[in-house]
Amino acid sequence: MLDWNWQFTWEILPRLIVATGNTLLAAGLGYGIAVVIGLVFALAQRTPFSVVTIVVREAVEFIRSTPLVLQIFFVFYVGPQFGIRLSPWTAGMIAIGLHYAAYLSEVYRGGIESVPKGQWEAATSLNLSTARTYFRVVIPQALPPSLAGMGNYLVGIFKDTPMLSVIGVAELMHTANAIGSETYRFLEPYTLVGVIFLLISLPTAAGIRLFEGWVRRKLGMVS
Amino acid sequence: MNAQDLSAFPMALQGDNVPMVSFKNVTKSYGSLVVLDALDLDVAEGEMVTIIGPSGSGKTTVLRMLMTLETINEGVIYVDGEPLTHMPNGNGLVPANRSHLRKMRSKIGMCFQHFNLFPHMTALENCMEGPVHVLGLSKKEARERSEELLALVGMAEKRDQHPSRLSGGQQQRVAIARAMAMRPKVMLFDEVTSALDPEVIGEVTNVIRKLVAEHNLTMLMVTHQMGFAKDISDRVCFFYGGRIEEQGTPDELFGNPRRERTQQFLSAVKEAV
Repeated sequence: MLDWNWQFTWEILPRLIVATGNTLLAAGLGYGIAVVIGLVFALAQRTPFSVVTIVVREAVEFIRSTPLVLQIFFVFYVGPQFGIRLSPWTAGMIAIGLHYAAYLSEVYRGGIESVPKGQWEAATSLNLSTARTYFRVVIPQALPPSLAGMGNYLVGIFKDTPMLSVIGVAELMHTANAIGSETYRFLEPYTLVGVIFLLISLPTAAGIRLFEGWVRRKLGMVS
Repeated sequence: MNAQDLSAFPMALQGDNVPMVSFKNVTKSYGSLVVLDALDLDVAEGEMVTIIGPSGSGKTTVLRMLMTLETINEGVIYVDGEPLTHMPNGNGLVPANRSHLRKMRSKIGMCFQHFNLFPHMTALENCMEGPVHVLGLSKKEARERSEELLALVGMAEKRDQHPSRLSGGQQQRVAIARAMAMRPKVMLFDEVTSALDPEVIGEVTNVIRKLVAEHNLTMLMVTHQMGFAKDISDRVCFFYGGRIEEQGTPDELFGNPRRERTQQFLSAVKEAV
């Protein structure tokens, strides 16, 4: 029989809710870093300077081809050997932010490449500067086709935050583990963690779809 | 790179009657495919020159090179007496850098076959983008200028619509207003009616007629509308195989074509209508 203890469940719930805050903070911060650095990665691969292009492209490939948990360990444990001592939070945000930046840069690249050549030519014919062309003409049009992919990675980074528990970031998984080792009960904390993830992931995915439609309408690009 | 000898080309065109646009010995090729072969073409200020010819004859390339959307392999293009594709450096010409291209591009405007309006901006915003952010006009000035031009092309009432809500003919008229808002000296029309339904071609050609009548613009137009070309052009150039096979006034070229290829092309076009 399932040995579920409701009283224990209610006891541990407040701790897990506090930890949920940390999980959301980690996902939010990490995603914020990824969104910005991802754009830098994507644009850097389009500069006329081939050295920059090659270095960034290889870095993105490297990040995408190695496990996130290894990258987290690397930043946190190998960093100090080079004199870079970071708190678990800082190391975790750098690792997960860069990891998802690499993925997002590919999403952006696809979005940018989906903008018709004629748009670039119109921008040239109006003599718009390169920066203006990107930020006013190309990126707004690259955004709607990128949103689905960006949304997937938002849910993805949220679900990957438990990996930060390996370096001691007090997010949900870390807290559930702590409860387990204190009480020797694992069923309730792990189940609750799963339920909490589900309760956040599902509405987020739905929200992203609504947001995508809203952005398209906002930009006047009703399809 | 085997750089061409540029010493034969002047650093600027001087004297009376300097053409607004001048192609001097311009060659464009993609690998072994020669698209334009040693083109020489002068367009006087205020002149309307139409380019016709079969597809692949290099017509559109002429306009795209002038808009700096394509580089050239040999020769020099001058606009308003100054080199466009090159710039003076010491005693001679060198290939143009970005800032020279930006400076020279401000003299040229272009309308495209597929309009290429910015879909996330309204008609008015499309027109204001360049004047505000390139020419540095205030929002108010740019708005006045844009509204005036949208009125000229008959699109004043649709100024707050996005392109997705406009028909092809309407989009092309907005695109003409957008290009004109930059106050170019030279306007390029690249098959601006080719993507339109037959019943709306007239609304775009009428706008171009109006521009010819009311503005002292230099225009180069690539078109398949022979009737329109005949009505409106000062000169018609028939391109074949990357060269000007024959050119003349519309009456000369359409009424009495001398070259066999011109005759063949014109009779083929007539049959298609």
